[in-house]
Amino acid sequence: MRQIKLARNILLGIEDLLLHKLRSFLTTLGIVFGVGSVVAMLSVGEGASKEAMDQIRKLGSNNIIVNSIKSVEEESTSTTHSHLAIYGLTYEDCARVAETFKAIRQTAPVKLIRKEGRLGERAMELRVVGTSPVWFDLVQRPIVAGRVLIASDDNERAPAAVLTEHGARKLLAAENTIGQSLKIGGDRFEIVGIVKSESGLAGNIQIPDQEVDVYIPINVARSYFGDIMARMTSGSFEREMVELHQMIVQVDSTEDVEPTAKGIEDMLKRFHKKQDYLVSVPLALLRQAEATKRTFNIVLGSIAGISLLVGGIGIMNIMLASVTERTREIGIRRAIGAKRRQIISQFLIETVVLSIIGGLIGIGLGVLVPFLITYFSDMPTVITAASIVLPLVISFGVGIIFGLYPAIRAAKVDPIVALRHE
Amino acid sequence: MIRQAESNSGVEIIKLEEARKIYWMGSSEVKALAGVTLSFKRGSFWAIMGPSGSGKSTMMNVLGCLDRLSSGRYILEGQDVSTLEDDSLSEMRLRHLGFIFQSFNLIPQLSVQRNIELPLYYLGWEAESSAERARELAGKVGLGDRLHHRPSELSGGQMQRVAIARALANDPQIIFADEPTGNLDTATGKEILALLTELNGQGKTIIMVTHEMDVAAYAKQRLHMLDGVVDRIEGGD
Ligand SMILES: Nc1ncnc2c1ncn2[C@@H]1O[C@H](COP(=O)(O)OP(=O)(O)OP(=O)(O)O)[C@@H](O)[C@H]1O
Ligand SMILES: [Mg+2]
Repeated sequence: MRQIKLARNILLGIEDLLLHKLRSFLTTLGIVFGVGSVVAMLSVGEGASKEAMDQIRKLGSNNIIVNSIKSVEEESTSTTHSHLAIYGLTYEDCARVAETFKAIRQTAPVKLIRKEGRLGERAMELRVVGTSPVWFDLVQRPIVAGRVLIASDDNERAPAAVLTEHGARKLLAAENTIGQSLKIGGDRFEIVGIVKSESGLAGNIQIPDQEVDVYIPINVARSYFGDIMARMTSGSFEREMVELHQMIVQVDSTEDVEPTAKGIEDMLKRFHKKQDYLVSVPLALLRQAEATKRTFNIVLGSIAGISLLVGGIGIMNIMLASVTERTREIGIRRAIGAKRRQIISQFLIETVVLSIIGGLIGIGLGVLVPFLITYFSDMPTVITAASIVLPLVISFGVGIIFGLYPAIRAAKVDPIVALRHE
Repeated sequence: MIRQAESNSGVEIIKLEEARKIYWMGSSEVKALAGVTLSFKRGSFWAIMGPSGSGKSTMMNVLGCLDRLSSGRYILEGQDVSTLEDDSLSEMRLRHLGFIFQSFNLIPQLSVQRNIELPLYYLGWEAESSAERARELAGKVGLGDRLHHRPSELSGGQMQRVAIARALANDPQIIFADEPTGNLDTATGKEILALLTELNGQGKTIIMVTHEMDVAAYAKQRLHMLDGVVDRIEGGD
């Protein structure tokens, strides 16, 4: 019964608003653009941060990643002809780290080697990733076919190779390729499995399988290909000696991440003369991304707040004018027997209906904009339920807050004075 | 209906005791009503007359529960309404009173039907039953074919008929008419007065303010105001 009454009052309100279509529409513009920009900005912001967070999360929030980098001095001298650059993490570093810190659960070494690979007729440059079976746990790479590396591969120095989906496609390998032999450099490997590939960058950490990757046991990589790599860069012949390119460390709990990272950093500093390593913590990046998002949300919130305030004041202004214009109508209604609160609810409903209609148009606009952005620029945008419900709630609130004063003004109209009003 | 009205007639429906209404203009006071004691019987048809500024409108506003007395008592249908709160006064107007104004006072954006339905809306009637009643009342005042017109599409006489239909919607015991023919030509004015006379014949108590003698002639009783007090009474008791 009450609901029917309210529905009827809302319909009456809409009827009144439709009498002044243009004015009502113009009145809502402030809310339309306020809400529209909130929705649009929320979804763009949400899209950007979701992409960053997803990539960071994939690196594992309990992981610490140590990369080998060419130190600055090394960089400047390496242009010398046939110079041998020695830098980066060593097998010994890896073992020492694993032994020293109690909080460490697992450690995966990564060794990268560029070699030509041949599968049947097809040949291409591969990025050979020598690592231990643990690696697959740490980076969580689902199996597409076959299996990943296992402990016995590493211990027995089995020439086993795991391809990524992406790599497999490039090499024209399929499920039935498992068991076939892949030639890397001059050596034969048995393809034992295919895993899902990951792509993209997260912060400054490059995930080592964007290319045509093949994973082999680290001991095999070491004994087959050694630690020295030669490559041609811009006409000069360059040689590098790097034992390990990366080390992924997993700790027991999130609380251990930062202290352990600090410990590793200190330890490496003691054993390395040069700064030829970089410790990165996905968790820290995650925190940073979250902080950035918070800042973004505050800025966004202020902009939205201001535009909605302006929109609300616009509505209030028009409603006040409407109250003055309809003083006589109010007087008539009061003389007939309308109570003050019935006049209040009449004007309040009109304002709320106006601002919610404005809100709905704004949401439509605000959803369209990210859609167009994604369509034309590939920038990810995410429209969450919150980014639609929130503006709707806000426009309801704006209607109530800015409608209250005009409605109270309307209710205060003295019927005797109002009936004389021309 | 008529039978019941007759059986009830003779009972006092309105009673003012030492009614005063004082307006303050700066530091000087204006006694719009300066101690009025009177009583109107059910089924009577009063014309309130008097020169400009004599307190006619003030009296109408008080009797119509639109305004409160500064002092004295007002008893409406046996109930002392002089101390009622705003909401209760609204309730009295809604349930017992009907108003007709000189300038019609229809709501311009509402159709004839919606205007007539207005009291029913505040009484909480269902949409269908109030539409039904609006149709019936429009027919009664001879505007059954104008239900969906806007007031601006009607003549003055038609607008006043709509106003009468609206005043009747809540089936009030008393109808107040403030200069109901003031904005109408003589012929149309006569039609409206005939309608009021007919309503009075059906048992409604009618209280009408007017300047004109020939309009006042339609009433059964006449009350002359002067400087905020009752000057004399004709036809009443
Ligand atoms: N709101 C008010 N404030 C101050 N004085 C008022 C007010 N309303 C009425 N008065 C004064 O009270 C007196 C009676 O006014 P009222 O309007 O009742 O006269 P009236 O008989 O209706 O006159 P008219 O025939 O011109 O309509 C007048 O002197 C008027 O100036
Ligand atoms: Mg007057």
